Amino acid sequence: MSFPWANEYKPQHPVMQWVDERLPLPRFVYNAIGGGYPVPRNLNYFWNFGVLAGVALVIQIITGIILAMHYYASVDGAFNSVEHIMRDVNGGWFLRYAHMNGASFFFIVVYIHIFRGLYFGSYKAPREMIWLLGVVIFLLMMATAFMGYVLPWGQMSFWGAQVITGFFSAIPVVGEPLRQWLLGGFAPDQAALNRFFSLHYLLPFVILGVVILHVWALHIPGSSNPTGVEVKTESDTVPFHPYYTAKDGFGLGVFLTIFVLVTFFAPNMLGHPDNYIPANPLSTPAHIVPEWYFWPFYAILRAFTVDFLFIPAKLLGVIAMFGSIALLFFLPWLDTSPVRSGNYRPLFKKFFWFGLIPCIIILAICGVKPAEGKWILLGQLAGAYYFAHFLIILPIVSRIEKTEALPNSITEAVTGQPAAA
Amino acid sequence: MATVEQAESMTETSKVETLGEEGVRRRDFIHIAAVSWAGVGAAAVALPLVNQMNPSADVRALASIEVDVSAIEPGQAIKTSWRKQPVFVRNLTPAEVAEANKVAIGSLRDPQTLAERTKPGKENWLVTLGVCTHLGCVPLGAAAGEVKGEFGGYFCPCHGSHYDTAGRIRKGPAPLNLEVPEFAFISDTVVKIG
Amino acid sequence: MVRLIAFLAGLFFAGWLIVSAGFTTYEMITEPAQPTVESKFHKYPKAVSFAHDGPFGSYDKAQLQRGLKVFSEVCAACHSMKLVAFRDFEALGYSEDEIKAIAKGWKTEVPSINPETGEAATRPAIASDKIPSPYPNDVAARAANNNALPPDLSLIVKAREGGAPYIYSLLTGYAPVPAALPKENRPGVGLHYNPYFHSLNIAMAPPLTADDQVTYDDGTKATKSQMAKDVSAFLTWAAEPKMEARKTAGWSALIFLIIFTALTYLSYRTIWADKKH
Repeated sequence: MSFPWANEYKPQHPVMQWVDERLPLPRFVYNAIGGGYPVPRNLNYFWNFGVLAGVALVIQIITGIILAMHYYASVDGAFNSVEHIMRDVNGGWFLRYAHMNGASFFFIVVYIHIFRGLYFGSYKAPREMIWLLGVVIFLLMMATAFMGYVLPWGQMSFWGAQVITGFFSAIPVVGEPLRQWLLGGFAPDQAALNRFFSLHYLLPFVILGVVILHVWALHIPGSSNPTGVEVKTESDTVPFHPYYTAKDGFGLGVFLTIFVLVTFFAPNMLGHPDNYIPANPLSTPAHIVPEWYFWPFYAILRAFTVDFLFIPAKLLGVIAMFGSIALLFFLPWLDTSPVRSGNYRPLFKKFFWFGLIPCIIILAICGVKPAEGKWILLGQLAGAYYFAHFLIILPIVSRIEKTEALPNSITEAVTGQPAAA
Repeated sequence: MATVEQAESMTETSKVETLGEEGVRRRDFIHIAAVSWAGVGAAAVALPLVNQMNPSADVRALASIEVDVSAIEPGQAIKTSWRKQPVFVRNLTPAEVAEANKVAIGSLRDPQTLAERTKPGKENWLVTLGVCTHLGCVPLGAAAGEVKGEFGGYFCPCHGSHYDTAGRIRKGPAPLNLEVPEFAFISDTVVKIG
Repeated sequence: MVRLIAFLAGLFFAGWLIVSAGFTTYEMITEPAQPTVESKFHKYPKAVSFAHDGPFGSYDKAQLQRGLKVFSEVCAACHSMKLVAFRDFEALGYSEDEIKAIAKGWKTEVPSINPETGEAATRPAIASDKIPSPYPNDVAARAANNNALPPDLSLIVKAREGGAPYIYSLLTGYAPVPAALPKENRPGVGLHYNPYFHSLNIAMAPPLTADDQVTYDDGTKATKSQMAKDVSAFLTWAAEPKMEARKTAGWSALIFLIIFTALTYLSYRTIWADKKH
């Protein structure tokens, strides 16, 4: 679906005409991301992050495929193969550091993209499917990143795998057989490493497929915008090309500049020194921590310290950790406010900026700190707020809130004048 | 107000249209510059992505090897490995050298003199790849007791190629002499191959 | 329906976390965590600067050569450096012949096979070999070191919090056991007090015991501090031989991207110039 005033594809170049008559790919591209796709004119820079996420995925796929040409998935050889890449392969250090930091930047971009969705109500009707597909992409990203981190077979690779697969043993009855099935053994070893390599190579292409569905689902209603007021007339929109291709190009420049700063000048800043120690199943690191993008979830996992009746605390932690992501699937039906954008929801806005954001930052800090004393306490309080925010506060706020008056149209919000009839 | 809006949108569309219709205009320069600069960047990034497939430093380090030949007596040969291929280093006896020099060059399938295949002053040292030029088998004749073929050099059992004491093809299907890799004596007893 | 279940789930998770928080608070009050002995005596790495520090930093080749001498004469007796090959020393400014000599003269030889009997043997190293380990395997290494395994030093600077300053501090940080140190934290047999080490007691005996343990070829005075600094710089190079190429490429990429961002910004502003947004 597009808007009735969308530009029609009129190929100028005879070669393009020839191709388009035989395989309508040129007109498909034109209508999807070219001059034929109208987009609200008032998008702010938070709307750049979807494209940046796509770019990050492409960077990971390209660097990843190339790294796989040199990586050796053996418990004896994996660590050394990564060092072979760093020292002997031409430009190998660049590929490795780009892939390693590319994963972090993929998560940075996706987290900002998600927070845009949360604040501006992008998950609301008629865009629920885009949101659901997005949560699926996020889960796939987490699985991919976890398996990828195991591949260098450093201390954190091994012990991270040990801890995460250990979750499954918390499930009663089927837990331990499930864990052994996942690992192909009793502990992370050759079987686990090999299958993680295979799946780590596969999953990004599954992500690519879901991203295509995600963008396709988006192009049915078209993008939302910071006012949350739907597109009504032609003056509400601009064609994607050249307006947003140019803006995305600029956004890409800013993104790559920051990416280059980290990759070339502080490549190990986001990592953990322990992963430069070869994996040793007989020696546990002092503090096992996952990569930074998992810290909030790690905090939720460790926040449950008291058994509930017959449910052990460990199992509660596992359920809560998965639950903290699973609840996102239900967000469109929990937040029932007819007003989309947080800009016009004063109570929602307060809970968002003074509740949700600080709570997630605190959870992240608790995730990296040792599981002792005040860090556990903070994690428990922040975790409680997290669940309360989505499951209790948002549903209530969305019902009782007095929202501000919405602009009549995007054109009016932007120009101050109502749109031409 | 409606007309102002319409006029605004019309001039906007016309601007976008004329940019395309009239070709390059001064205002387009920045866009062409931006896209071209991006292209430069893409090419610059593509180079390492392609170059990574070239031999890595550890493989390049084994591009040449040094072989100590002091233990090879005249009439003996050793087999060694260079760039993952077999190499024969043979110390020819004076009789073998004479035999090689006696052959009429014109009668050879791949005309080469022994002198062309060895280093001056060291014509008795024959360094060749141990790879038959027919289809790639490893010929016999380097190790003690192996069949040397009718011409006293090497014999390939796969399809019956006979090489002489200078490693030249004399009989059988192979088209060329055994390949002489780049080599040099860096001392009286050490040969650098590659 | 969804909202009801969500509400109950929220009550449960949030509620049980508040309850758990209560328990945690109670424990914190009744059994407050004591500061550990380690945290009282542990010292953070000294502030020391290296030639390779910062976005413009590069290795001082002369220092790396001195550091290699310290490594080969002091550390290599117990520590392996399996990921570095002799040919890599070209980056330190050595010629091909010098590298051949270093490899051939290395105190440990490379494992090989006797070509006649097939028995295990050793041969002198050549340039393409990785630096041979002083011990044939970990078990032998532990047996020779009071059951402690001297770690491989190829990546030690990247594998330790604090990097090169930490290594320098550790090497120069051996101190007499403080009187205030509780008995159970005093170094036992085979351990040595070093406040820069995380558990305060390290199995490695002080490796740099006196000035001029090593004689530098370039005449620099080999004080303990100098040797520690040089070997720390060398170990940084061993862990990150491509650092200089990385920083150079980084500046090229950064300059390219600053121009790219400026051009795309101007392109964006030109296109949006007459569109209010």
